[in-house]
Amino acid sequence: MGPRSKTAVRRTLRAFALELVIYAALVTGYFFAVLHFLGGWLVRLETRHIRVYAVVAILLIIGQAVVLEAVTTGLMRLLRGGRSE
Amino acid sequence: MFFPISHAHVSPIYLVVVGFLIGVLGGFFGVGGSFIAGPALRLVGIDWNFAVGTDLAHIVGKSVVAAKRHRALGNVDLRLGLIMAIGTIAGAEMGAQLIQALKRAGNVNFVVSVVSIVIYLSISTFMLWESWKTLARAKSRNAARKSGPLPPKSDESAFQHVTTAIQRWRIPPMISLPASGVTISLWIILLVAFVGGLCSGFLGGGAGYIRMPSMVYVLGIPTHLAVGTDLFEIIISASYGTFTHAIKGNVDILIALVMNTGAAVGAQLGAISTQYFAGPKIRLAFVPLPLIGAAIVIYTMFSGHKL
Repeated sequence: MGPRSKTAVRRTLRAFALELVIYAALVTGYFFAVLHFLGGWLVRLETRHIRVYAVVAILLIIGQAVVLEAVTTGLMRLLRGGRSE
Repeated sequence: MFFPISHAHVSPIYLVVVGFLIGVLGGFFGVGGSFIAGPALRLVGIDWNFAVGTDLAHIVGKSVVAAKRHRALGNVDLRLGLIMAIGTIAGAEMGAQLIQALKRAGNVNFVVSVVSIVIYLSISTFMLWESWKTLARAKSRNAARKSGPLPPKSDESAFQHVTTAIQRWRIPPMISLPASGVTISLWIILLVAFVGGLCSGFLGGGAGYIRMPSMVYVLGIPTHLAVGTDLFEIIISASYGTFTHAIKGNVDILIALVMNTGAAVGAQLGAISTQYFAGPKIRLAFVPLPLIGAAIVIYTMFSGHKL
């Protein structure tokens, strides 16, 4: 591995570590928001309207995945100066 | 942290770490990772039915992230994925019916355990042989030409002659897959998807351990595209599985959402990593995964514990 690629790997790892720290902070806040605002509603839905709960569960997991993918891609781009990988 | 739907106390950090690890595996190999996620959820006391259903919901989220990333890298054949979803759902239903028949006969645990061990060991042995042979052949050819190792994203297979013979079966309608560079009979695609679905319904999980290798060896799809397309197909089949489990009260979506936060990072890391490895190397690295599945089944058979 040449000195230029070593520097690139080091820069990538540093950006990834920084990304993880920012992401962890965002996710921690998100946990409490989701459990606080959605927890009770989802439990009621699961006990009273199980079919609606099944649809909401799929929409929630897909919606969260799309948002998280956008957040991580955006963070990567931001920390690596316009490049996503 | 208390999760009220499954009435379980689980550390969210544990769930995020498990999600991250399965995300890396899923992004890199195109598998759902249920053979690790299920036991990992059982390990912290989550009931078996919730472990299976919640794992499927988490697989949907992780596959969305990994498939989006693979799509950006040009590794998803949407047409193939949509056709395969039809065969997979039909196969999954048939697998579930087989389980019901075995339940009635009273020997479901023994039969499923033996079949899964045979399938896992066969896949590992075959992929070890094929990828090893392909890499050795490329090495000796490169030594003769004095060229370097296989470049990243390159693909070839020691099993190519069989794949080519299968592609010569011109049973109409023929389907052209420009993204994969393959023209093949619709029936062969549906058969491969049906077998994958059958394994999913019969043995549980997304059955990526059989679908990804089948796409490479039977359909002749390049490994990187097989990984990305399998993930896309898993979104559809796992969503179906999540719905059916959720209406039976087997899904704690709060646990799945927490796991997915770790998987979002892991899946992207795994997907990006595929760009730096040639197809045969990805297939060689895949070999231990079915072995882990086999080890877990053997353990549960002989210890009586349901991990």
